[in-house]
Amino acid sequence: MSNHDEEKDTASRADEFLQVFKKGAEFTQDLLKENEKLRFRIVKLEETLKEKGHAVVSETPDAVALKQKIEALEQEKEEILGRIKLVEEENQNFANRYVEIEEENNMLANLYIASYQLHSTLDFKEVLQIILEIVINLIGAEEFGVLLLDEKTNRLEPVASEGVETSALPSISIGKGIIGAAVKSGENYFIDSMEGYVRDFEKPIVCIPLKIKEHVIGVIAIYKLFTQKDEFTNVDYELFTLLAGHAATAVFSSRMYSDSERKLSTIQGFIDLLTK
Amino acid sequence: MTGYKVLVVEDSPTMRQLIVFALKRIRGFQIVEANDGVDGLKKLSAEKFDLILTDINMPIMDGLKLVSMVRNDPNYKETPIIVITTEGATEDRERALALGANEYITKPIQTMKILETVKKLMSI
Repeated sequence: MSNHDEEKDTASRADEFLQVFKKGAEFTQDLLKENEKLRFRIVKLEETLKEKGHAVVSETPDAVALKQKIEALEQEKEEILGRIKLVEEENQNFANRYVEIEEENNMLANLYIASYQLHSTLDFKEVLQIILEIVINLIGAEEFGVLLLDEKTNRLEPVASEGVETSALPSISIGKGIIGAAVKSGENYFIDSMEGYVRDFEKPIVCIPLKIKEHVIGVIAIYKLFTQKDEFTNVDYELFTLLAGHAATAVFSSRMYSDSERKLSTIQGFIDLLTK
Repeated sequence: MTGYKVLVVEDSPTMRQLIVFALKRIRGFQIVEANDGVDGLKKLSAEKFDLILTDINMPIMDGLKLVSMVRNDPNYKETPIIVITTEGATEDRERALALGANEYITKPIQTMKILETVKKLMSI
């Protein structure tokens, strides 16, 4: 075969290949168009189905009833949740109130016993002992003293104490210093801050005048509280008020009783002497 | 609830009355009072108690001695003992607990605390 024949054969084969390739390209184009048409149709069908399906569901009477029931239940659920919240709040309030009432009950019981004890005797020494016990056990004082007014000298004289010697406590003039001023005014005294306090018998941390109405007959001066007692509670203030009144009447009546007993025995002695 | 016998050992009549008054609020408690450790021991030997509350600072026999003696008594090995005292130091608490006390409460009186502790120890 000559060179010319060979070239002719190659050209014919290339032309043949080009024809096949063109046909393939046309076929691919047709396929792509078909695919696009089909996809469009699918989308259309899906939309139709969706519309029809929705229409079917919403139009069914059962579905409407169900929907209404769901809405009613949802509303009911919201209402119940709201009520539960209210009940829980009420419960919490009741629980808090219960604790408060329990505390008040305990406080009243303690006050009742303190007052009952104070008036359970007419023995002056016993009354003083009860005052000491109340201040120790109910207030939590470790060092304190009870000073009573001597009406002859108009001075406060120590008569009982705890944690300190009674003889170590000073005799105080009315109006002088913290104790004297508290007795003069009749007002309870509480130190502003116990931090850095150094015991001074003339400068107590608490001073409670013992009063019968407006008449002061003595004072309780506290110098130190128990280690575990770092502050005063509401019960303490109530107790201080109670002590100021009840201790004063208990001390006064027991002293009067002791005096009258003494006078009675003196008079009895005279009568015995005269009648013998 | 079945009845429980409780012994309160305290020398101060006021404090004793405060404790008894608080305990009476628990239904079924039969309370017996003792003035000091010796009186307490006498009452403990005369009848069986389910709970003991004692002070520490008392004349004749103090509360720690009482706790120690009670714990050495086979009849009271497991009986709950609550110490109620003015002694607030940690070493006092540790000493009482080491001797056999179950709980240690400090004064001034804390009625709620006493009641809670009693209920806890008696599982009521």
